Amino acid sequence: MATFLGINLFGLFGQLLVGLINGSFYALLSLGLAIIFGLLKIINFAQGAMYMLGAFAAWMALNYLGINYWLALILVPLAVGAAGILMERLLIRPIAKEDHLYSLLLTFGIALMLQGMFTHVFGSSGMAYAIPEALQGGIKLPFMYLPTYRAWIVVASILVCGATWWMIEKTRLGAYLRAGTENAQLMQAFGINVPLMVTLTFGFGVGLAGFAGVMAAPVYSVSPDMGSNLLIIVFAIVVIGGMGSIGGAILTGLGMGIVEGLTKYFYPEASSTVIFLVMVIVLLLKPAGLFGKEA
Amino acid sequence: MKAMNKTLLAVAVAATTTLAGFAQAGPVSDDKVKIGVLADMGGVYADICGPGCVTAVEMAVEDFGGTVLGMPIEVVSADDQLKPDVGSAKVRQWVENEQVDAVGGLVSSAVVGAATKVLTDNKKIALISTAASNAFTTSACSPYNVHWTYNVAAMANGTVKPIVQSGKKKWFFITADYAFGHALEGVATEVIVENGGEVVGGVRAPLGTTDFSSYVLQAQASGADVVALANAGGDTVNALKTAAEFGLTQTADVAGLLVFTPNAQAMDPATAGGMTLTTGFYWDYDDATRAWSKRFKERHGAIPAMGHAGAYSMTMHYLKAIEAAGTDESDAVMAKMKEMKPDDFFARNATLRADGRMVHDMYYVQIKKADERRDADDIFKVIDVIPGDTAFAPMLPECNFVKS
Repeated sequence: MATFLGINLFGLFGQLLVGLINGSFYALLSLGLAIIFGLLKIINFAQGAMYMLGAFAAWMALNYLGINYWLALILVPLAVGAAGILMERLLIRPIAKEDHLYSLLLTFGIALMLQGMFTHVFGSSGMAYAIPEALQGGIKLPFMYLPTYRAWIVVASILVCGATWWMIEKTRLGAYLRAGTENAQLMQAFGINVPLMVTLTFGFGVGLAGFAGVMAAPVYSVSPDMGSNLLIIVFAIVVIGGMGSIGGAILTGLGMGIVEGLTKYFYPEASSTVIFLVMVIVLLLKPAGLFGKEA
Repeated sequence: MKAMNKTLLAVAVAATTTLAGFAQAGPVSDDKVKIGVLADMGGVYADICGPGCVTAVEMAVEDFGGTVLGMPIEVVSADDQLKPDVGSAKVRQWVENEQVDAVGGLVSSAVVGAATKVLTDNKKIALISTAASNAFTTSACSPYNVHWTYNVAAMANGTVKPIVQSGKKKWFFITADYAFGHALEGVATEVIVENGGEVVGGVRAPLGTTDFSSYVLQAQASGADVVALANAGGDTVNALKTAAEFGLTQTADVAGLLVFTPNAQAMDPATAGGMTLTTGFYWDYDDATRAWSKRFKERHGAIPAMGHAGAYSMTMHYLKAIEAAGTDESDAVMAKMKEMKPDDFFARNATLRADGRMVHDMYYVQIKKADERRDADDIFKVIDVIPGDTAFAPMLPECNFVKS
């Protein structure tokens, strides 16, 4: 087997690829948060619960309504996005003018309630969701066996992230959105319905979490606490990437997946903390984040 | 004002302690027997004990008749939130202020370690139903600990030994990186080496790891015959899912060292089917287990995990011992519990040893494949009954409290 400096190169390639797969998943998750947190300046602690909701919605759609994975991939993000819109209109809007801490506490409370409700109904052990037939099996690479579904995660994530980035950074709609969050009064003077735009953007960001939830259902245990484990990591990624930078969140997601993957190979005990270590270093050296504009 | 509050408090404390002192003069302290149930009620371990353990203890109290020595039996419960400080504070409040005589449930080994210390200090009985660590009857043994359902040694002996003896000698560990995982890995390694096997590698994954693909790749690269999952709950489910996805289950055996019924139910039969494991109880073993489990399911909504059945059996034995001893005073009750043989649908060929370890038949089972299952509750096939003496490690002389 090929080795370099005593490191098994095949093993290393495998870890890099796995890191990339996880990274694209992180990118997908941090994207929704980057939009809500970065553009709307709402600290949405319920994003993890929305991801969990997405996974459970996919499970319920399959088991109660017979809706398959592919249809769920379209319908569930819409449903979760709609729940997000309701949440924004009914709960977050009334306190939008208050300090950011209020929306943080509110969404944290919503997350705890959702998690508690699902634990009560479904228990804490989780539900099984099979990989759709078309994506079962895998490809034998020289250095590892790549399951088809993991390859699909990378493809879907790149498509969704790319499309979202393009929409926000390159289209007129995206320009309105960025301008609206920069100076709402001015945009309103130009006849743009800023509150509606905020609501729809929030719904879109939450819908992305729902999408990630459906993507995760076949590979991770569908359980009430699946979101709370990931949320903090994803927040760290958005902070490292820089507030308000969509591209930054995507690239940082990919990068952190690889960093974490390598840590799991060389020193697994630190794998749950390495991202926070990177965050501390980045904040010390570049407080606005890697891709953020200096405040 | 502050000084006055202090005085009032002192008077109140003095009054309670004196009253408690008077009350203890009778055969049953403070005219009732009170059992606390401490468990994780809403977290990752809620399904393996949690509210189900409260139901099981309540069922035992009802089946016993609701009274012992003519005094009422009361059950209270609390959520330890998986935090040792929260759990031990609750237990302290129970035994010091609320006349609790024994505490059951007891799930996470970290919480149980803290809780049993408080109980021993107060000479109250710990009825441990679901914790895994073997410390409670070895390094941290106490004359007031009763450890009923299983422990890591029984799991390792039950699951690991038959696999090593079948010729699969090279082992790789994916271990939960905290006290319980380390303990499980430690005893399993001993069993592997004793039976002529070797450990070719291992990783310590933080508790609550979502993605195990990196660890699965390392396990694959190690060339091991068997990959042992020294973790529990969602970690086991996720690790097994990933192992199947990356084709590890085709080249090596995956052995879950601690799998509870709810976790097995959460696994896709296509990936988990065929895996062998050890359990202290299976609901569908015979008529007696089925009869009790049916009653439990009617009240709880799900089939019992081993900790639930253990909690019932242990509470029954505790109440019988109070009746036989004619008092609820802990030393007398413990002596009776160890003298009387536990014998019910759960405890078969059982004895409660002097060190507090309840030794009973364990079951070596296989997870059924999808086409072997009648319904969602039909998950295990019992392959073998492991006699208690084979499953559990022998008693340490220093923990023989009856002799000393």
